[in-house]
Amino acid sequence: MPVDTATVKRIARLARLAVDDKDVPHLQNELNSILAFVEQLNEVNVDNVEPMTSVTPMEMKKRQDGVTDGGYADLVTRNAPESEDHFFVVPKVVE
Amino acid sequence: MSELTQLTLAEARDGLKARKFSSAEITRAYIAAIEAARPLNAFILETPEKALEMAAASDARLAKGDGGPLEGVPLGIKDLYCTRDVQTTAASRILTGFVPPYESTVTSHLWRDGAVMLGKLNLDEFAMGSANETSAFGPVISPWRVAGSDVKLVPGGSSGGSAAAVAAHLCAAATATDTGGSIRQPAAFTGTVGIKPTYGRCSRWGIVAFASSLDQAGPIARTIEDAALMLQSMAGHDPMDTTCADLPVPDYRAAAGRGVKGLKIGIPEEYRVDGMSGEILALWNRTADYLKDAGAEVVPVSLPHTRYALPAYYIVAPAECSSNLARYDGVRYGLRVPGKDIIDMYEKTRAAGFGREVRRRILIGTYVLSAGYYDAYYERARKVRTLIKRDFEDVYASGVHAVLTPATPTAAFPVGESARQTDPVEMYLNDVFTVTVNMAGLPGLSVPGGFDSRGLPLGMQLIGRPFDEETLFAAGQVIENAVGRVRYPEKWW
Repeated sequence: MPVDTATVKRIARLARLAVDDKDVPHLQNELNSILAFVEQLNEVNVDNVEPMTSVTPMEMKKRQDGVTDGGYADLVTRNAPESEDHFFVVPKVVE
Repeated sequence: MSELTQLTLAEARDGLKARKFSSAEITRAYIAAIEAARPLNAFILETPEKALEMAAASDARLAKGDGGPLEGVPLGIKDLYCTRDVQTTAASRILTGFVPPYESTVTSHLWRDGAVMLGKLNLDEFAMGSANETSAFGPVISPWRVAGSDVKLVPGGSSGGSAAAVAAHLCAAATATDTGGSIRQPAAFTGTVGIKPTYGRCSRWGIVAFASSLDQAGPIARTIEDAALMLQSMAGHDPMDTTCADLPVPDYRAAAGRGVKGLKIGIPEEYRVDGMSGEILALWNRTADYLKDAGAEVVPVSLPHTRYALPAYYIVAPAECSSNLARYDGVRYGLRVPGKDIIDMYEKTRAAGFGREVRRRILIGTYVLSAGYYDAYYERARKVRTLIKRDFEDVYASGVHAVLTPATPTAAFPVGESARQTDPVEMYLNDVFTVTVNMAGLPGLSVPGGFDSRGLPLGMQLIGRPFDEETLFAAGQVIENAVGRVRYPEKWW
């Protein structure tokens, strides 16, 4: 299923990656070469095969639903490109 | 070159314990070696002050007769492990300025056991690559060269900085990670020992995520014994990672001395791929003979879905990558590029912050997970993954203890070669022998098997049963004894 240029732009939008129009044909070629490579999986009979969900069978451990960590907002926000009074600052999202 | 940097990790540890030299002395020797090796570009960040501080603390403990199993031993840390108050980049521009307020579980185990940190090692961006050429900090150069040639070779990837630093004697051993071969392929290219343990043997907490169902931590070292000592400290249960197995960690160093008498080693026919060099085939046969001579039974086995592992991997890994890397949005950490609104800010930040290979994998992953394609690609790949795992289960159920294969289809290649390839699939073929192991969650060890006609190292891979790293160390030791200790390149850099 080769992708067209409109699909490349749509996928880039979904992935939140700005793509220059001039780069689209190049990306399209690369993506199509990878998709052509994975196409061989269609040869495999996967009838009645369970999709893998966990590579090592193990029971998920559960813990009490309680607060076990926290209380250091300055550490949480210290790496933010922009923060104010322990809030992350983003461009205006509501008019 | 200082004698102290020539010691194996085990020798360094014993010398420190016997107080033949101090941690400050061996740490200073490594710091000098690192400074003199900057042309190799193995380190993204050198931390000499921190190293000397940690060494002084180790010396104080050793003076009192205390100290952990790695007390005073200087290590390199792949820059995918978060280190408290020390810059962590994943070799990406998007993490510019990121200084973690926490320590990864695996590195905290190493510090608990007394190890000293020399710095953060270069890697492919977000561990995506097989030549260490996708790093935002430039490629790593292998200490290996063909005799009489000054062509620069790649150390492999993604743990290229780890492998190059260990082979060039810039640290006693290093941490690494492996999602599709990122420990075993660079180990093979540099004549070092690398082990990717069973999925769940080491905690993933605090290691920057690439593909969470495939990622595992492991060491790169100069000998089997050193790799065993490293994994001993790195492994173990961690409640912070629910996929981390709650199992006791066996004595790996003791296991390495067990021998292979009575073990059944499988040779999978499907790994004889087209275009594989005669040298690698001959080496594979010779290695099987070493194991036979030591008392193992060598039997042919079949892993019929082998050829589908790589295409399935290139669906599963990008899918998980696109999901994991969604967190880099320019809000909470790292780079931010301003935009006209918040979506524009996200898109510009991510386009500027991620390199070409990472963007390509995010796009593929987004595509295979998108509505209408999920079943055709992602769901099918997960089913193929079940079949790949079943192949190994059948082989192990027939009484085979471990499987022997080459680690890579070729020896190391020149820097810049991958950039000339217009087809990304060509580069992916490097991982053809290693990805099966990640897809099945099994342990895999790469051990030097010999050299090609140009004098470049070639690696052999041993694949084990789940949580049976011990057999890999035992068989790896037999191979190491037969091949002899690798003589690493003299300093030319």
